[in-house]
Amino acid sequence: MGWIGEQIDSVKSMQFRQLFTQAISLGMIVTSALIIWKGLMCITGSESPVVVVLSGSMEPGFKRGDILFLHMSKEPIRAGEIVVFNVDGREIPIVHRVIKVHEREDTGEVDVLTKGDNNFGDDRLLYAQGQMWLQRHHIMGRAVGFLPYVGWVTIIMTEQPLIKYILIGALGLLVITSKE
Amino acid sequence: MHSFGYRANALLTFAITILAVMCAIASFSDNFNSPSPTSQVQVLNINWFRNKPDGDDEVSMTMNISADLQSLFTWNTKQVFVFLAAEYKTRKNSLNQVSLWDGIIPAKEHAKFYIHTTNKYRFVDQGSNLRERDFNMTLHWHVMPKTGKMFADKIVMTGFRLPQAYR
Repeated sequence: MGWIGEQIDSVKSMQFRQLFTQAISLGMIVTSALIIWKGLMCITGSESPVVVVLSGSMEPGFKRGDILFLHMSKEPIRAGEIVVFNVDGREIPIVHRVIKVHEREDTGEVDVLTKGDNNFGDDRLLYAQGQMWLQRHHIMGRAVGFLPYVGWVTIIMTEQPLIKYILIGALGLLVITSKE
Repeated sequence: MHSFGYRANALLTFAITILAVMCAIASFSDNFNSPSPTSQVQVLNINWFRNKPDGDDEVSMTMNISADLQSLFTWNTKQVFVFLAAEYKTRKNSLNQVSLWDGIIPAKEHAKFYIHTTNKYRFVDQGSNLRERDFNMTLHWHVMPKTGKMFADKIVMTGFRLPQAYR
């Protein structure tokens, strides 16, 4: 019984007011995380300001589990930049380097071709059938910063949902039962 | 108050804070490095030059590329990605950038290099504009840090021209 009994007792012994305070503090944690995320979206101008690298196609620069910070500005896209793009009919965005740029004189539209540093060929095989170039609207942002390993947390949690639920449950219990 | 859980929590929080601060300082220290890279490119031969059946011009060339990028490396540098692009302007396009060759430099010891190569990626235009076309060879580099901000810059080399006729 030991530990579990103590926890149950501590839940039972709580006053309504204390419970209320703890619910609010839990809410504060959740909302402040949301504020940070939405704030980052505003500052970077990108739909998803942080992405986790999922494949090894940019090795040895970016490995699986590394985190990239994205920025989306009005500046035109140029060769050499690492961009995150969505291909029609694919759910997961891809992080690859731009190797060709053709910018139209009259409209300013760009045609872009990408390639993973570690891949043998360019990305035409990954694009939708018959698609030769990426346009501006496919691109979600360009990578500006890099943080190694941290993304493993999300990879593990998406691939092992059980661990996610255990972690969330344990944290929730901790917040509810903590007395300070 | 002084339970095991609280101590473990405090220790973990402190350790992560210190790690984050160290990462930030490492990334910031890159700003003090003012690199002075050099590069030279020679086009030795136009191997062939044709108009493809779909109407786009394509050219194949042999080049000598030499560069000294050693000054780009700092203690926070994981690798430098370097590539050579042909850049030119056509009637339809205000800018065309076509990557011809690229490479990954893993360490400072390999940052001074000389290479004799044909173009690794196809030099294909959007349309038929390459005859007698003046173009720049631009050596771009992209510094990938161990952690933090990425840096990129380039050297533009001017005065290249494609031949008048297909061959």
